[in-house]
Amino acid sequence: MFSEMFYKIWDAGILQLGVWETVYMTVLSSIVAYIIGLPLGVVLSVTAPGGIRPVGWLNRVLGFIVNFFRSIPFIVLMVAMLPVAKFVVGTSLGNKAVIVMLIIAAAPYVARMVEGSIKEVDAGVIEAANAMGCTNFQIVRKVLIPEAKPALINGAIISMVTILGYSAMAATIGGTGLGQIAIIYGHQRSNADITWICVLLLVIIVQIIQEVGMVIVRRTDKRTK
Amino acid sequence: MIELRSLGKEYGEGDGKVVALRDISLTVADGEIFGIIGLSGAGKSTLVRCINLLERPTSGEVVIDGRSMTELSRAELLQMRHSIGMIFQGFNLLEQRTVLRNVCFPLEIVGVKRADAEKRARELLKVVGLEERAGAYPSQLSGGQKQRVAIARALATKPKYLLCDEATSALDPNTTQAILDLLKTINRTMGVTIVVITHEMRVIDQICDRVAVIDHSRIAEMGEVREVFTNPRSQIARELILPGSKKINGELGGRLVRIVFDGERSSKPVISSIVMECQVPVNIMFADTRDLDGTAYGHMIIQLPDNERESERVLSWLRENEITYKEEG
Repeated sequence: MFSEMFYKIWDAGILQLGVWETVYMTVLSSIVAYIIGLPLGVVLSVTAPGGIRPVGWLNRVLGFIVNFFRSIPFIVLMVAMLPVAKFVVGTSLGNKAVIVMLIIAAAPYVARMVEGSIKEVDAGVIEAANAMGCTNFQIVRKVLIPEAKPALINGAIISMVTILGYSAMAATIGGTGLGQIAIIYGHQRSNADITWICVLLLVIIVQIIQEVGMVIVRRTDKRTK
Repeated sequence: MIELRSLGKEYGEGDGKVVALRDISLTVADGEIFGIIGLSGAGKSTLVRCINLLERPTSGEVVIDGRSMTELSRAELLQMRHSIGMIFQGFNLLEQRTVLRNVCFPLEIVGVKRADAEKRARELLKVVGLEERAGAYPSQLSGGQKQRVAIARALATKPKYLLCDEATSALDPNTTQAILDLLKTINRTMGVTIVVITHEMRVIDQICDRVAVIDHSRIAEMGEVREVFTNPRSQIARELILPGSKKINGELGGRLVRIVFDGERSSKPVISSIVMECQVPVNIMFADTRDLDGTAYGHMIIQLPDNERESERVLSWLRENEITYKEEG
């Protein structure tokens, strides 16, 4: 029932490897994007007007950088950032370069996500912490992040799904994974079944991220029991 | 001792300037419960936030235990705040922490070891009657219970002062009563000086020793609660004490007398005694009284007959029986 090509790439383990590569690129990029984006998002919310430590110029500078990268469509960003990838990982080809692109694209996205989650923390709770004599660092560590945790995890799910979507586009600069398989074996060689199998696998991966994420959110959030 | 010296607070500049506080001077003595009452927008919430410098006054001085708050360094200010607890209308508990961990929070901030903090927190939960709910999350508690947790949390670092910002305004009357009783107990047993911000006269009347009435960003009146309650001098104090009294005074003729029940003499059935002993018919125009542990608090406005002699009889009866009263309108 499948095309010859399907059995060929299945037997060669290309499809299985594609799943692994997609998951690997998504997870690794997400982790690094959060290492950069989480502090950046915290700084954005803390320094914003009405934040716990408003610093106008810093907020504007960071806000501009984040908006700059967020404005560029991923496919254009990839091409534009090739020299950066070459500088960071020594090559502008393959998955190493793709991961750099994914991080550059995702970190600002994550930063805005984190900023939004932290801004949702009840101002009254922050005021109470201030009244108790908390330092700003204590407020961030013991109030803002723990209280925003469910929203942060929710944001992480959305970010991961977005990064997964970006990773499929990376086939255009030589990235591998399910995106590449769908384009090379499915589209260019006219095997519609392979394309659809890639679609199905991507849907399953997204569903797993969603479901696992939601379970974690439900376990974490103590607001409704 | 908390001293506010001609405190002022303005927001904005130029045409958009809003004056929130104007020339506020008052002193809260150690061990007392000091009330600040006013209608919403009068500036009382800003006022209480100026005490711990959550709001920085634009003029004047806040002096606590002889130290000028506005001149403290950031570190000294944070240190000072550990000795000033605060509770809020919205409770402001950490939703993602258990009751016990909420009470531990201020202790963590000052670096108390976890085991010691939890021990202290359990003691405090006992004081507020919630030791059984230590493991619950705030979302599982009622409003009154949340405020008890907030009180326990505010007392964790053994503060000398407790600021209450509309702490009972979100609670029903019974729960309000229980929280007020708790505050009074804390004041008596732990010697915590309490500043209460409210728009409800009953809160002032039930727990405060002295009161400042705030109106249009200034102090309209200040003094012993009993004195202000019995003999309000400002229009705003009269309105707060007798909601709707303008209407009563305006629409009705005759002599109106306000009888004050201050909890000292309540065994006597005042109205029936007036009617029977003075042989004078009286009309009850307004009553706001309640029974607390067998003593009556509140007040009542009665209308006396136009007849001068008859009404004089009632007034002299009131004087003889040492019942506080005040002629209205």
